[in-house]
Amino acid sequence: MRIAKTTNTVDGDDVGRVTGQAGPVTRTPRTRSARLPSHLVAWAFLAPVVLYLAVFYAYPLGRNVDLSFRDYTLRSFIDGTAKFSGFDNYVEVIHSPTFVPALTNTAVFTFVSIAFQFSIGLALAVFFFKKFPLAATLRALFLVPWLLPLLVSASVWAWMLNSESGIVNSGLEHLGMHQINWLTSPQWALVSVLIANIWIGIPFNLVLMYSGLQSIPGEVYEAASLDGASKWQVFWRITFPLLRPVSAITILLGLVYTLKVFDIIWIMTRGGPGNSSVTFAIWSYRLGFGGGSPDLSPAAAVANLLILVAFAFGLVYIRMQRRLVEL
Amino acid sequence: MRKLRAGTTTLIGVVLTAVMLFPLYWMVNVSLTQPTMLRKDPPSLFPFDPTFDGYRAVLSQQGPYLLTSLIVGLGTVALTVALSAPAGYALAKLRPRGGGTVSFIFLIAQMIPTIIMAMGFYLIFNSWGILDTPWGLILADSTLAVPFGVLIFTAFMSGIPGELLAAAHVDGAGPWRTFRSIVMPISRNSVVTVALFTFLWAWSDFMYASTLDRGGSLQPITMGIYRYIGNNTQDWNAIMATAVVASIPATFLLVIAQRYVAAGVTAGALKD
Repeated sequence: MRIAKTTNTVDGDDVGRVTGQAGPVTRTPRTRSARLPSHLVAWAFLAPVVLYLAVFYAYPLGRNVDLSFRDYTLRSFIDGTAKFSGFDNYVEVIHSPTFVPALTNTAVFTFVSIAFQFSIGLALAVFFFKKFPLAATLRALFLVPWLLPLLVSASVWAWMLNSESGIVNSGLEHLGMHQINWLTSPQWALVSVLIANIWIGIPFNLVLMYSGLQSIPGEVYEAASLDGASKWQVFWRITFPLLRPVSAITILLGLVYTLKVFDIIWIMTRGGPGNSSVTFAIWSYRLGFGGGSPDLSPAAAVANLLILVAFAFGLVYIRMQRRLVEL
Repeated sequence: MRKLRAGTTTLIGVVLTAVMLFPLYWMVNVSLTQPTMLRKDPPSLFPFDPTFDGYRAVLSQQGPYLLTSLIVGLGTVALTVALSAPAGYALAKLRPRGGGTVSFIFLIAQMIPTIIMAMGFYLIFNSWGILDTPWGLILADSTLAVPFGVLIFTAFMSGIPGELLAAAHVDGAGPWRTFRSIVMPISRNSVVTVALFTFLWAWSDFMYASTLDRGGSLQPITMGIYRYIGNNTQDWNAIMATAVVASIPATFLLVIAQRYVAAGVTAGALKD
């Protein structure tokens, strides 16, 4: 798999030199009989992490599923008992007036985010792939927004989009346009969180697509330029098709990550005004931890609906990656 | 002609970067602007007459939050490396039967939305009595990084030449000795990559902090900013100063360890 090569070379110095020799250590029969069986040794090294998977992934996940089938109240929090209620929480959640807005917002937020993040990221990757002075430095600077705490980025955007004192509205006014109540009007709230989320996602897409470009051998371009292809033709006929596997992975990872997005929306709008920017992640948090009395059971039901969607995309991602490895 | 064109491209690149980084400039600008000037219309693009009151407020009020974040970050790094490095070694070099399944489960585990984990942890930590403690937060934050750690260590350690390990074997080193004295020193770079990302994720975490440590006496910096936003919405000067301080680890990371960052991003997503 050619794409992965880039990762080997980055670590460089010590490990990168020898990539030819993969596979298990060669053991002589003599030592094998003298020592512990090798698979026992291997599992001894794996044991802590397997235990960890059970306690810190499987168990919380199981508790969450269990929670969604019970009627968990403040009282059950103290005495530890909660009545089994079957699918009641799911029925309640699906019939809630928040369900339809949450569903459509999650879909819109995810797909619009990805469409913009990916196309801007790809365009920038192509741009930075040209050799020009400062290219590497500028490309590195593009990573900063991705590394910042999401909470920081969300607060900065919240202030920039502030109705009265925000720089964005001041700029709009300068251009002779009307002020927009970005965060406080129902028709703009989702757009606002989208803008911030797209901004945050661009670096990730840029880096992945750039590594995809690096994996295309230079001879392909040389052949094309000898044949007299224009730059535009080269991109759409050669670069883009060759980038398809990396693109697929980038987009699917983007889907899985975007479904999870919580910090940005919670800080900027809390899903409001009303339900105008609520997503499944926000809705679930709002029910469980948003203040007032916690409705943990319906919150768990909403979260479990979200995980079904995430896993569906996740399985597609894994299948794509498998196919890519086989190439 | 050629040179001129390269110059133009650089200029476009600089402009694009400036547009991208404008929000960060704005954060610094607001953090230095007098609170009375913040409501000015239009806002001033440059902090003429800068004030450092915001930063003074951070130093006097946010110290405990920053310290907690530091402890939680370092604790998460230690736990993550301790768990994922041996696992990576086993998956890359010892290849036990069923190892593929473990890798597969990690791939899946990464996709679980944090809100789901948060709710499960909330109940579990409540019965364990570690709700509202930094220890609980370290355990929870490690779940953000362990799958990534296993992935990176497996990828890098599979590049270690088998002869080297075989030689250690012949010299009489047991599996643990080999791991400690040969595999770990060679994998120094991957340890750095994993540690940097883990620290950054733990430092930036808000979901677990706001669910599992909402009432604790030791809360991380993300909660510090969050409380600021909730309490005094007027004082954006101080909020932005806190935001700048909270961004220091990320900036530091980018300047000092840029090559590890790029390695982490690509490897995390693309390595099989």
